[in-house]
Amino acid sequence: MFEISLKHKLHGADGDIFLDINTSLNRGDLTVLFGQSGAGKSTILKMIAGLIEPNDGKIVIDKEVWFDKKNNISLSAQKRKVGFVFQDYALFPNMSVRQNLLYALEDKSQTKKVDEILLLMELMSLKDAKPSLLSGGQQQRVALARALVRKPKILLLDEPLSALDFNLRAKLQDELLRIQKHFSITTILVSHDISEVFKLANFVLELDKGVISKQGTPYELFSKENLSGKFKFTGEIVGIKKSDIVYIVNILIAQDIIKVIATKDEVKSLNIGDKVIVSSKAFNPLIMKI
Amino acid sequence: MLEESFLQTMMLTFKLAGITTLILLFIGIPLGYFLAYTKSIFKPAIEALVSMPLVLPPSVLGFYMLVFFSPKDGFGKWLDEMFDLRLIFTFEGLVVASIIFSLPFMVHPIQNGFSSIPQNLKDAAYTLGKSKLNTMFKVLLPNMKPSILTGIVIAFAHTVGEFGVVLMMGGNIAGQTRVASIAIYDEVEALNYSLANQYALTLFIVSFTILITVYAINKHFLKARF
Repeated sequence: MFEISLKHKLHGADGDIFLDINTSLNRGDLTVLFGQSGAGKSTILKMIAGLIEPNDGKIVIDKEVWFDKKNNISLSAQKRKVGFVFQDYALFPNMSVRQNLLYALEDKSQTKKVDEILLLMELMSLKDAKPSLLSGGQQQRVALARALVRKPKILLLDEPLSALDFNLRAKLQDELLRIQKHFSITTILVSHDISEVFKLANFVLELDKGVISKQGTPYELFSKENLSGKFKFTGEIVGIKKSDIVYIVNILIAQDIIKVIATKDEVKSLNIGDKVIVSSKAFNPLIMKI
Repeated sequence: MLEESFLQTMMLTFKLAGITTLILLFIGIPLGYFLAYTKSIFKPAIEALVSMPLVLPPSVLGFYMLVFFSPKDGFGKWLDEMFDLRLIFTFEGLVVASIIFSLPFMVHPIQNGFSSIPQNLKDAAYTLGKSKLNTMFKVLLPNMKPSILTGIVIAFAHTVGEFGVVLMMGGNIAGQTRVASIAIYDEVEALNYSLANQYALTLFIVSFTILITVYAINKHFLKARF
């Protein structure tokens, strides 16, 4: 069981925010901390990692007490087994990819472990490159790999994909999910992207001005308004393809491409680039021009 | 053509600058680290103290050091009695004076170097279980080489060029405390212009060469990073 309760006064740009969080995580879950910027999401990760000391609260990770204000317990950042991936990745510029991972190794004789992770993350071909020569996506993978070297009890990801473009982000989301399942590591990910939340999260904590305003599965959190069974989204047509007797219309909604089947008559009035509403009528979604 | 006394004086000058710079490096790194990261209320006072040699006339500094280290009484007397160490009109005294006088030239670049390293880099090392000392040597210092190099070179060059403090503290004893800048003054006083020029030209060329090397190396560092 992972227990996190924090109370802390934050001095933000828009005045003071009083952070008050109380939640528990299930082992192996990927929990997304969701909310607008300035809501204190990154601060929470830093408190769990021991980089910021909260005013009050208790942090228990895997039965190990990391912080307990009442009993005056506060483990140093060095003693907390976390894997932290920073928003800007924070790779050490003076070390190659492999050296970045080796530095994270506690037992220096276990270099095999580093090579295993390099293989798993498909970084072998880049192992001797300096971080400054890598693309954003590659740096992100190195940062994740480095965070995993220590076999952390909890993985903390601070908007690790926000600096990347759509296609790359989707690819890295898949990879992140694969790695997270592979190690079955309890993970907290900070994000303000709903599609990312849907794709990755087992559980969502929505943060609003320092407090948890909603929590639950992504479906419970973001689909409440549509419980009647109808749904309605706006999007843009990015492709129309004929397939046997029907047409398949590809529609970009937020950052995902949705494929909708349409008849020849329906397709007649639709062109690539049109803004459309996708809504459901009976079983098959209906596309209307706006 | 090169007289023995000329060589002796130049050797002494660079020996003084070398020793001073080396000691300053060991003082500058911890002091720069402290000033870059401390939240102490004494920080402004310590910063002001370190920077004093920048604004104070060298003769003022030299005068107080002369009084402070005088073997006749106080601290100077204690040093003399306890360690048989005299700092007035000796090479050791020049080293102490140079360290104090060149302190800001070493501390400022190193402090700036520490400050310019992103906080996340430090935090990343801590979350990987690395101690502060390990983080400093493996992560911070290797990523601020240009700052350290700048500190070393400016402190060295400044020590070579100092005049007022050296004159007050060291006097002008050949082979002991006569450094190049004093020798120039001395030769001009004696209307010995050609020898003065020899000293001056040597200092000019050495300083210029050092600076060119630093800028070239720093350019290389910056290119390698970005």
